[in-house]
Amino acid sequence: MTGQETFRAALLDPAQAVPDGLLDGHGGPAGRRFAVYRNNVAVALTEALESGFPTVRKLLGPQNFRGVAGLYLRAHPPASPVMMLYGGTFPAFIAGTPQLAHRGYLPDVARLDLALREAYHAADAQPVAPEVLAAIPARALEGIRITLAPALRLVRSRWPLHAIHRFNHEPGAPKPAPRAEDVLVTRPGFDPLPRLLPPGGGAALAALGDGRTLGAALEAGAAEDPAFDPAALLRLLAQDGCITGVETQE
Amino acid sequence: MLDRTPPEGLPARPGVGYKARHYTSILADPAPVGWLEMHAENYMGDGGRPLAQLRHLAERFPVSVHGVGLSIGGEGRLDPEHLARLKHLCGWLHPASFSEHLAWSTHDSAFLNDLLPLPYTQATLARVADHVDEVQAVLGRRMLLENPSSYLSFAESTMSETDFLRALAQRTGCGLLLDVNNVFVSATNLGLDPRAYIADFPLEQVGEIHLGGHDEDADDAGRPLLIDSHGRAVADPVWALLDETLALSGPRPVLIEWDTDVPDWPVLAAEAARAAAALERVAA
Repeated sequence: MTGQETFRAALLDPAQAVPDGLLDGHGGPAGRRFAVYRNNVAVALTEALESGFPTVRKLLGPQNFRGVAGLYLRAHPPASPVMMLYGGTFPAFIAGTPQLAHRGYLPDVARLDLALREAYHAADAQPVAPEVLAAIPARALEGIRITLAPALRLVRSRWPLHAIHRFNHEPGAPKPAPRAEDVLVTRPGFDPLPRLLPPGGGAALAALGDGRTLGAALEAGAAEDPAFDPAALLRLLAQDGCITGVETQE
Repeated sequence: MLDRTPPEGLPARPGVGYKARHYTSILADPAPVGWLEMHAENYMGDGGRPLAQLRHLAERFPVSVHGVGLSIGGEGRLDPEHLARLKHLCGWLHPASFSEHLAWSTHDSAFLNDLLPLPYTQATLARVADHVDEVQAVLGRRMLLENPSSYLSFAESTMSETDFLRALAQRTGCGLLLDVNNVFVSATNLGLDPRAYIADFPLEQVGEIHLGGHDEDADDAGRPLLIDSHGRAVADPVWALLDETLALSGPRPVLIEWDTDVPDWPVLAAEAARAAAALERVAA
């Protein structure tokens, strides 16, 4: 093993011995001075996860979160120095951690935290003007394809994901009731917002994201839930500036 | 006789490490801050508020881009994707300065988010020099390299840190970023004389000076072990060391780094004012 290979392995595993050849500057071995680096690495990566997954942290409590973060950062240290991206596999890691299996909603909560962070750093895009949408003749609406803002993130869940998020961030918010909720993260300005999608809205948005026509997307929504209200979905998209391009068939 | 003009494009005034929470205050009342330093990796997203703020601030202030993730001392090759990101950032921002650290942080694709130490040997020197050459070629500009804070040393080292940095600057033409707090921290931790370090440092290559706060701990033998935490005000002995440095180097851009437990703007501005006073004492 090279010097940095040994160093790295010992940094991430406190059970390993301090590498040979490290001194304390006073003629002795480095001893617990090596722990400064161990501690720096663990603290820096834990803090990145804490700020990146605030809702998961709130649900688990600070101490339990640090425990899970410690397992994750040792198994999955960042693959890039761009720390705003760190934790992309944390939701899947949570899902695969047996000790957390009793909290089935937690991976989706982590996905939503991640989606909010990704939305924050996503590219800027100008929404299309309301007049542009209003000018499309009704008969042509079915065939249009919509370009969605780069900041949009869809998180579909069989848990009351929106209510859980709200309950943990909004004082006085109602306790989540058991139901499935799809959440759309929008970014009207610079601040991402978790929006509850109306029933069927998740299927419709997934279809739009796949590049299908508005007609096909609305059909997908109705197919998923008979109560699907296309107007409510389109109002939400228009209100939060989610539509950045419209392509008509002609 | 030293060249008393700083070799890089930052003004010889106080700067601060930029924190988003100070955005409004800085724009409303920047005095005495003459420039801002940004951690490169925080501005590598595709858009949103961070880039909008950076664009706006760069219209008002000279900006220094300070990388914390390139792992210039790494045993492996530099990450070409990360180099490309740095080139893109410097390409649109046109910062007055670009700097990185004499340290490693990535090994075998794992980024450890800390500035890890290097043995000072001819082999390390050759490798780091190659990496600095590559960075300067890709970015098309001279870079500054910063001295680390050390908690331990390597038995295999064959030269002092100052000799290492001097040789590196000679071989690559890079400039140096002298972190005076790091000098104090390393010297205390390794039983060296910080004033001798400064006296031996190639000050003519220094394009920027850093100051930051440190925490106090102890090692196994109960000797002081200082931690470069950037979480408090600059310590008095470090201010004294700055005075001695500036007396030898002449005015240089001086940055206050405060990265954890970040205070309100007036507290940070007061630290910058203290740096301004130190600079005034050596102004011609």
